[in-house]
Amino acid sequence: MKKQVSLAREYTKGLWEQSPVFKQVLGMCPTLAVTVSAMNGIAMALATTFVLVFSSFIISLIRKLIPSQVRIASYIVIIATFVTIVDLVMRAQFPELSKALGPYIPLIVVNCVILGRAEAFAAKNSPLRSLLDALGMGTGFLIALASLGGIREIIGSRTLLGMQVLPDAFEPWLIMILPAGAFLTLGLMMGFLNSMVERRKRRDEAAVLAQHMRKPAVAIMEGQEG
Amino acid sequence: MELILIFLSAALVNNFVLAYFLGICPFIGVSNKLSSAFPMGLATTFVMVLTAIVTWLIYHLILVPYHVEYLEYVSFILVVAALVQFVEMVIKKVSQPLYRALGIFLPLITTNCAILGLALFIVLKEYNFVESLFFGVGAGAGFTLAISIMAGIREELELANVPKPFRGAPITLIVAGLLALAFMGFAGMITV
Repeated sequence: MKKQVSLAREYTKGLWEQSPVFKQVLGMCPTLAVTVSAMNGIAMALATTFVLVFSSFIISLIRKLIPSQVRIASYIVIIATFVTIVDLVMRAQFPELSKALGPYIPLIVVNCVILGRAEAFAAKNSPLRSLLDALGMGTGFLIALASLGGIREIIGSRTLLGMQVLPDAFEPWLIMILPAGAFLTLGLMMGFLNSMVERRKRRDEAAVLAQHMRKPAVAIMEGQEG
Repeated sequence: MELILIFLSAALVNNFVLAYFLGICPFIGVSNKLSSAFPMGLATTFVMVLTAIVTWLIYHLILVPYHVEYLEYVSFILVVAALVQFVEMVIKKVSQPLYRALGIFLPLITTNCAILGLALFIVLKEYNFVESLFFGVGAGAGFTLAISIMAGIREELELANVPKPFRGAPITLIVAGLLALAFMGFAGMITV
């Protein structure tokens, strides 16, 4: 029996350690496509989180009823149902946002983050844990999309959430809001984050090594006294 | 003429991968070697063309007459999943070597957003049957082109001395960005 992870961990692991975008490189299509502005990124992430949370919960509830041969098809139908709900609600309540996100809302159906969590987590864990896991992954997705959207919006159109943040003297970089800018920004962000993690790991290793060096010395001294 | 424009527009100007960001997962996942990227592109193209035909028929002959357009996503994704399964079975029966070569990639096509994206775009742009067919072939050709070029570049990249934090996904994304820049040269050539 494997050790149970605390409930809080189920939530926090999605934020950074297993961040869907930066670590697992899942859900790339919406990440790159809609992040021309921070607002679009946030809206997309919230819609995805809604679908992720409800489908994970439902799948976890009925995980013992689904025969394993048809599980993927069943998951997809459950996910598609929730996506239809989100799409209809958005079309009615936020028509402009819905138009801006276009076909990427229905494409949440094939977002690998959702199917990935269903297969890797919800199919094996209790509803409560699946709910927390989905919320964590959704938040991780939100962090990634909001930051990517924010960076592209600031440099590409001088604004953040529609408010001007850079002076008129700054010439906006058109490339940032074009497709090429999405690839380049995400690639650079990932590389930068990796190098930060690398540096911290090296520092931690050095600290551990220093501790180890001291320990034998103490042990030797104690041994001599005894 | 109109049909050729639709084909070229889907393949080059509005390339599915580099302009619409559809099918990024296989584009990054299966583009290690040209020998696996090219068959993957062809298999995807095949499924795309079939999807274009079947979803067009379902949408215009079943969903619209019965006013159940809201079932669009559920029915489309089921069609795609069934088609992929069907193609897998046919290839297994007809050609064992091809089946073995494609084996692992085939089921993955179901979650390729380019396929579902294609079906959605056809509804969105209100294409007729023949236009949908050309759009599907063009999108498939564009996908095959993009993933093959990417695989060629990545084979060379193996030999390059990439800084450690950038190895893997980051450098692939940056290369894709440069490729997208190159494809921007086609912009404005055709407007559909």
